[in-house]
Amino acid sequence: MLRPGKLITRNSLNITFNRRTMLIGGAQGLVGAILAGRMAYISIVENERYKMLSESNRVNLTLIPPRRGWIIDRNGKPLANNKADFRVDLIPQRVRDVEGTISQLGNILKMTPDAIDDLRAAMKDARGLQPVPVASGLTYEDFAALSVRLPDLPGVAPQRGFSRQYPTGAAVGHLLGYVGIANAEEYEENKNPLLITPGFKIGKDGLEKYFEPQLQGKPGARKVEVTARGKIVRELGVQEDVPGKPLKLTIDGGLQEFVARRMGRESGAAAVIDCQTGGILAFSSMPSFDPNSFSDGIGRLEYAMLSQDERVPLLNKATRGLYPPGSTLKPMAAVACLQHGVDPEETVNCPGGYRLGNRFYQCLGRHGPVNMVRAIEKSCNTYFYAQAHRLGYDKIAMVAREMGLGEDFDLAGLNQRYGTIPDSEWKMRKYKQAWTASDSLNAVIGQGYVIVNPLQLAVMTARLASGRKLYPHLIPDDKVAPTLPYPPEHLAVAQLGMAQVVSQGTAARSKLPLDGIAMAGKTGTAQVRGFGSGSRGGAGVPWKYRDHGLFVCFAPVEQPLYAAAVVIEHGLGGSRAAAPVAKDFMTYMFDPQKAMDSLLAMEAAWGGDIQQRMAAEFALFRARAEGRVPEAPSEEAAD
Amino acid sequence: MLAFVPRPVAELPWQIILITVAIAGFGVIVLYSAAGGSVSPWAGIHALRFVVFLTMALVIRLFSENFVKWATFPAYAVFAVLLLLVELAGAVKGGSQRWIELGFIRLQPSEFMKPLVVLAIARFYEMLPIGQARSWSAIWPPLVLIGVPWFLVMTQPDLGTSIAVMTGGVTVMFLAGVPLRLFVGAGLAGAAFIPFAFFFLLKEYQQNRVLTFLDPESDPLGTGYHISQSKIAIGSGGIGGKGYLQGSQSHLDYLPEGHTDFVFATMAEEWGLIGGLFVIVMFGLLLRWATMVSLNAPSRFGKLAGGGLTMVIFFYIAINLLMVMGLAPVVGIPLPFLSYGGSSMMTIMICIGLLMGIERNTRQNGGAGRLAP
Repeated sequence: MLRPGKLITRNSLNITFNRRTMLIGGAQGLVGAILAGRMAYISIVENERYKMLSESNRVNLTLIPPRRGWIIDRNGKPLANNKADFRVDLIPQRVRDVEGTISQLGNILKMTPDAIDDLRAAMKDARGLQPVPVASGLTYEDFAALSVRLPDLPGVAPQRGFSRQYPTGAAVGHLLGYVGIANAEEYEENKNPLLITPGFKIGKDGLEKYFEPQLQGKPGARKVEVTARGKIVRELGVQEDVPGKPLKLTIDGGLQEFVARRMGRESGAAAVIDCQTGGILAFSSMPSFDPNSFSDGIGRLEYAMLSQDERVPLLNKATRGLYPPGSTLKPMAAVACLQHGVDPEETVNCPGGYRLGNRFYQCLGRHGPVNMVRAIEKSCNTYFYAQAHRLGYDKIAMVAREMGLGEDFDLAGLNQRYGTIPDSEWKMRKYKQAWTASDSLNAVIGQGYVIVNPLQLAVMTARLASGRKLYPHLIPDDKVAPTLPYPPEHLAVAQLGMAQVVSQGTAARSKLPLDGIAMAGKTGTAQVRGFGSGSRGGAGVPWKYRDHGLFVCFAPVEQPLYAAAVVIEHGLGGSRAAAPVAKDFMTYMFDPQKAMDSLLAMEAAWGGDIQQRMAAEFALFRARAEGRVPEAPSEEAAD
Repeated sequence: MLAFVPRPVAELPWQIILITVAIAGFGVIVLYSAAGGSVSPWAGIHALRFVVFLTMALVIRLFSENFVKWATFPAYAVFAVLLLLVELAGAVKGGSQRWIELGFIRLQPSEFMKPLVVLAIARFYEMLPIGQARSWSAIWPPLVLIGVPWFLVMTQPDLGTSIAVMTGGVTVMFLAGVPLRLFVGAGLAGAAFIPFAFFFLLKEYQQNRVLTFLDPESDPLGTGYHISQSKIAIGSGGIGGKGYLQGSQSHLDYLPEGHTDFVFATMAEEWGLIGGLFVIVMFGLLLRWATMVSLNAPSRFGKLAGGGLTMVIFFYIAINLLMVMGLAPVVGIPLPFLSYGGSSMMTIMICIGLLMGIERNTRQNGGAGRLAP
């Protein structure tokens, strides 16, 4: 018994029942009131918030990548533009069966086995919503075939859009850089959703990277109504993209391409500068990479080929290649001598070298008595040894710097290595040693501690030729360069010496094949092996120990319009390797047709133009990588 | 009633019929929209089922109280055995099994158990001598009557139905006068039991649902998705709704189960707070009618059964609405007359039919102790 003593009757049970029923009824009413209140709260107080959530469910905003601004040359000709493109990307987070999707894509798009391998590797590292490019430049048929099968291939995002195109390919690789898909770190920086929009690319190197803000443009957007499963119900509206602004360069597109092609199979660099403004007309480092391949996401195999090449196609030699300038500095040294009172008519006897203490410094020939102009023309070391010994190199170094050597120029996005113009203070600081006369002798003929990049050589020549302190630039400006602090008659001596180099001196074989237009220049041969080691880097040694060939020049002699520098790595000598290249591109500036005709003849002998040769090299590399062709005997062994 | 209406028609419980027709009719309208503006697959069948089950309820109404009393225990026994069979079939096949395939119909014994437990316990207390109403012998047999089906349903596992079975039975015990402190004690014991039940009786998906309910943000794409999408649908409807056939949450498939468990959210998106209050008020009227029926019943069986059946109906409504508004975990209990689905409508209609029978019995007996409706 639970509670004995209390009388239980039918009536008392009924009263209990009624009471408890009322209690339950009241509780139920309370629940009803809570429900009504809760609903009112959700639908009135929180209405705005849930309306927004409902809209963001329903409406899917797809960004349309903006068309990138064109990069154009001084005449408005495109160096980089955009082509309409069908492309496919994979969104890693949405892919369910990676292996299956990749193999299906391979079938539908007829991808090559190494492209499939690349895709597989890329997917392995991919995370989240970062798109992984599968293929671009699809035909409409492939695009359509893929679009039909989309429901079975979650995560595959085909797209019609625009992609970056560099019409002259490798010729502008080092100049413009390339574009590519933003990487995870770049996305983490500001979480801009545009960065993970399939098909969107940002500048990754060179001018493309430096001028990214200007070139990027503003994305458009497509508003669509979608179901929970991502099926598009209807389009709600489209806002067009705003293309990026075009970027105009001082480059002459035709010359840029010509120079790159004329470099042929050599490894080297060239820069051409407008002698009136300092604007860079051409800027080339070869061999190069094709920025079109980089922008599509370069294949591993192609990248391996580029990075294993001993000619270092991935290095921009025009600004990052440092070379002993050799005799190309002699005209500049002549100006320094004049500056310090040397009479240009004074002669120095060249018995084939110069004795300093118990060492004999070689000249390239026995020139007999030479004055300053003739010393330049014949590239007589003895004359300059004597002058450097007399003046000391510090005085020459000051002029060298005034001419732009050793200078880090303010050039948009171009990473430079600016080398060394040594002097006594520099040597003391760096080596804790006093400057010696021997150092002066080495430095004056552009050896020893002297090391510069090809762009600096072109600037030096442009300044010598114009008499003005021109600054190299890629973006046109109206700034008028100040004149150099040297009397014009001093510069005229150096200019005359350079004119005679081409007319009758060391580069006599490289006269311009034009009536009434002559070129002035100076050859240079820089030793790769230590100077004075006794072994010259002639034709009999392996490629990588051969001497570099250099040439600086300007034209026309009387009224200089263009100045240039050419470096051909391991080209054996300036007159042999570099001057002919300069001759041809200078010819192009005055008679493009004539220059092009001779180039086409040369290319036929080289095995096609740049693109054809690169394709052939790649095919060979691929065959070797797959073990179909045995490794060719190395050039060293063949020599 | 008008004089020319024949007596059997005039005597029909029009009040409750109109309430159910109003709710179920609204359900048809909502399901038409849920199907994207189409009678098939849901709205048409829903209307047809309602007519069939309403007819069934009116037939049940005609059962005499004595017949119901007589049939209670045998029916309880039959369905307890069927529940066991379902359980065994599930054990053989693996996984959870809730119905018996009879060929023409899928029989879900647990549905019948909800009213049957109520009837059985009401019958037990009616048979119990009045003097023992507060003794131990008034407590343990009902606990067995509840416990057996509760255990079988729980292990199916069907959390919602097992709680419904228990709630109906316990309500009858409460109404029968079992001392209050026992309920308080049981409540405390139950609270202590919850951790055990959570870790040992619930399957993983059920545990997740409870966890998600406690912290919906923890899993916005998994189990929490149901609740957040339901709240978005209700909240975005505002006061007047987005307009009929204009609900984006339901039509674009963001709202899961928009025609069954979450039909209220489908409705609220298009009809807003006004539609929601209409539904709540209609259910309120239905429960008020059911409560009056039990209060007015002359017999102890009628009173207790009526109270228990009212609670079964209330349980469906309350749990479903609490769930869609994010106040209860997702337990898979449909909303009477609005959710598409035969079993639940049948259960509710059996309850309403029985309540109608009790009311008819009251009228025939002159309404002893009748309170104003």
